[in-house]
Amino acid sequence: MVKSRPLAVLAALLVAVLTLGIAVGASPARADDEDESERTLTAQLEDSASGNTPVEGVEITVTTSDGDEFTGTTDADGLVEIVFTSPAGTPVTVSLDEDTLPEGAQLRPGTKTELTVSSTLSTISVDFAIGPDNRDVETKLDRIPGAIYNGLLFGLVMAMAALGLSMIFGTTGLTNFAHGELVTLGAVCTYLLNVAAGIPFLLAVPMTVVVALGFGWLQNRILWAPLRHRGTGLIAMMIVTIGLQFLMRNFFAYITGSRTELYDDFTSPTGKDFAGLFTYTGRDLAVAAVSIAVLTVVLLALSYTRLGRATRAVADNPALAASSGINVDRVISIVWVVGTALAALAGAFLAFQLGITYQIGQLVLLLLFAAVTVGGLGSVWGALIGSLIIGVLIELSTLVIPTDLKNAGALALLIVILLVRPQGILGRRERIG
Amino acid sequence: MDLLTIPLHDAFAPLAVSFVLAAMGLNIHYGYTGLLNFGQAAFAAVGAYAMGVAIASFDVPFIPAVILGVLFSVLLALLMGIPTLRLRADYLAIVTIAVAEVLRLFFTTTNKDYFHARDGVSGFTSGFRNANPYSEGMLGFSRNDLWVMTVGWLLVAFFCLLTWLLVRSPWGRVLKSIREDEDAVRSLGKNVYYYKLQALILGGVIGAFGGFVGALGLASVQPDSYNLDFTFIAFTMLILGGAARVLSPVVGAVLFWGLLSFLQTLLSKLIGEWGVIPDSILNSEQIGNVRFMVVGLSLMLLMIYRPQGIFGDKKELAIDGR
Repeated sequence: MVKSRPLAVLAALLVAVLTLGIAVGASPARADDEDESERTLTAQLEDSASGNTPVEGVEITVTTSDGDEFTGTTDADGLVEIVFTSPAGTPVTVSLDEDTLPEGAQLRPGTKTELTVSSTLSTISVDFAIGPDNRDVETKLDRIPGAIYNGLLFGLVMAMAALGLSMIFGTTGLTNFAHGELVTLGAVCTYLLNVAAGIPFLLAVPMTVVVALGFGWLQNRILWAPLRHRGTGLIAMMIVTIGLQFLMRNFFAYITGSRTELYDDFTSPTGKDFAGLFTYTGRDLAVAAVSIAVLTVVLLALSYTRLGRATRAVADNPALAASSGINVDRVISIVWVVGTALAALAGAFLAFQLGITYQIGQLVLLLLFAAVTVGGLGSVWGALIGSLIIGVLIELSTLVIPTDLKNAGALALLIVILLVRPQGILGRRERIG
Repeated sequence: MDLLTIPLHDAFAPLAVSFVLAAMGLNIHYGYTGLLNFGQAAFAAVGAYAMGVAIASFDVPFIPAVILGVLFSVLLALLMGIPTLRLRADYLAIVTIAVAEVLRLFFTTTNKDYFHARDGVSGFTSGFRNANPYSEGMLGFSRNDLWVMTVGWLLVAFFCLLTWLLVRSPWGRVLKSIREDEDAVRSLGKNVYYYKLQALILGGVIGAFGGFVGALGLASVQPDSYNLDFTFIAFTMLILGGAARVLSPVVGAVLFWGLLSFLQTLLSKLIGEWGVIPDSILNSEQIGNVRFMVVGLSLMLLMIYRPQGIFGDKKELAIDGR
């Protein structure tokens, strides 16, 4: 009996939602007490034929499973509120008296005058559509440009964090499971400077980057460098990164009180339409411009400066690099400093999309891994390309799967890549075995 | 007095048993084979959900539902192992941590008529509870808890025996040599890949039993019980006890769970009853964060200063990833 009820209720709910196209606040229907409870039904009637004007004087009746009837009439705002009592956990029927509709108002074709509502909430709301259906129905095709735009933006920001992760892996061989928390560090630090200390956002971000540079240096100095010099194995060090991830994540949860916060500045920029394809904001453009500039500088520096060449030499073969006079420790220290700062900058920007929460790190870590694996672990260009691919992929995947599950698409790609080309798009084979 | 009795109580409660089993599974993975599984929570979750949904939604009897849970955890091990076990150690770690997160999202957001989102699955314990021989609770445990604990600790004993027998067998010696030097094992003609896959499956199934015990103890299966915290607490327990010893995950888990419970009791007394710490520094909602910060810190410090834990042998655990 108890087992069959949720299924029956669900079926009824499904029928109600499908046939009538209404939103009913659903909740798990598992009320066990048979008491009568006082509940409220609300409805608002608007006529879409005359620009959503309220429809007055329409009679609406609630019929409970006992057969009791409660009736109400819509007021000048088209609103009606009916207080009724019904046995808990049983569906009620809501009906509209079509004869009381004012002159000229007509129910939308296909809209029924009687609804069965199986919600057990104390307040239920129903909707009867009146007038022609003139909603703008957005097709999946229309959403593609917007999804690609959002994906590229997300991918560009994420690429900064992925670059750091990839550089640290390239030079030290360490997969840093705490890298996501460095992203959160950027968001939380900017938030504290911006909201708690009242510093303008445009000033708070450079300050955050400076803090992150310091933190990057410090963590290499007191943690990773001593471990490397001691000859601690990579697996042991990976477990240390997991411990650090755990420590930092819960520290951020402690600071933010596990809430999701927002910056004081630039929280709701005005969107502008681009050729009817997608909406962009000035904030997006600024974020993209800064990300592109930073990525360009880092990539050019890696290719053309002495330090950049030294970094690539260390990534290639640390022993050989050391014997040709490169200070390997100094290079690794700089990689940690730059990698941490890049991650923090990405975090400061990502907080616009994700909100400032301690959970940024865990979410981003998964996507970062997918990005660097797809692009090729240890390859800097791979990190960039992988991030863009993952960014676009997760946004496009929302066209076919629920938004909550969009990150699963990134994981699916990760597993496929490992099966068919484990070194990633730009990686080299000898790194993986 | 609470400071002693509550931790002692918690250290043997059903939830502790579930962590003991999860840590024992990790011991097979990490301790004996050198596999980095950062998604042990996924095995526990898949086992618990398969059992819970099978009973609650499809009226499957208890024992077949448990077998179903085991089957699903084997499938999960194959899914995670087949693409990654030929590659460097970090790829398994990356895929397991990602699968665990995505599975949690999957259980939270999809198939709500079966998984019930964050409310979780419930109403699957009657078959198990009807077999309860205890007529009343004792020592502060309810009779249901006692029954779950009896079965749980018997399972722990059984898996300890199994692990002990297996690691002394030729099969176990191959696992340990894979951990020490994969190439050497390969040169002796052993198929390293299959041995690793078997180890991943065995440890995962033990983890799934951890999921069963946890689910029966709580009488519900909720997605948030199986977040990454679950895995890392189990990992810390294993390292504390000392990897690659049969009994060390058991001791490590009981000790660590007791310590965590002690910390929880102490902190809530410090801010509540005794009023030593003001609310502005620490409120009751933040106690959990502080506890987990301690978990992270202990994991780091253990790994840095005593990677062999309490009982481990440092020489035996010279694992290197490269």
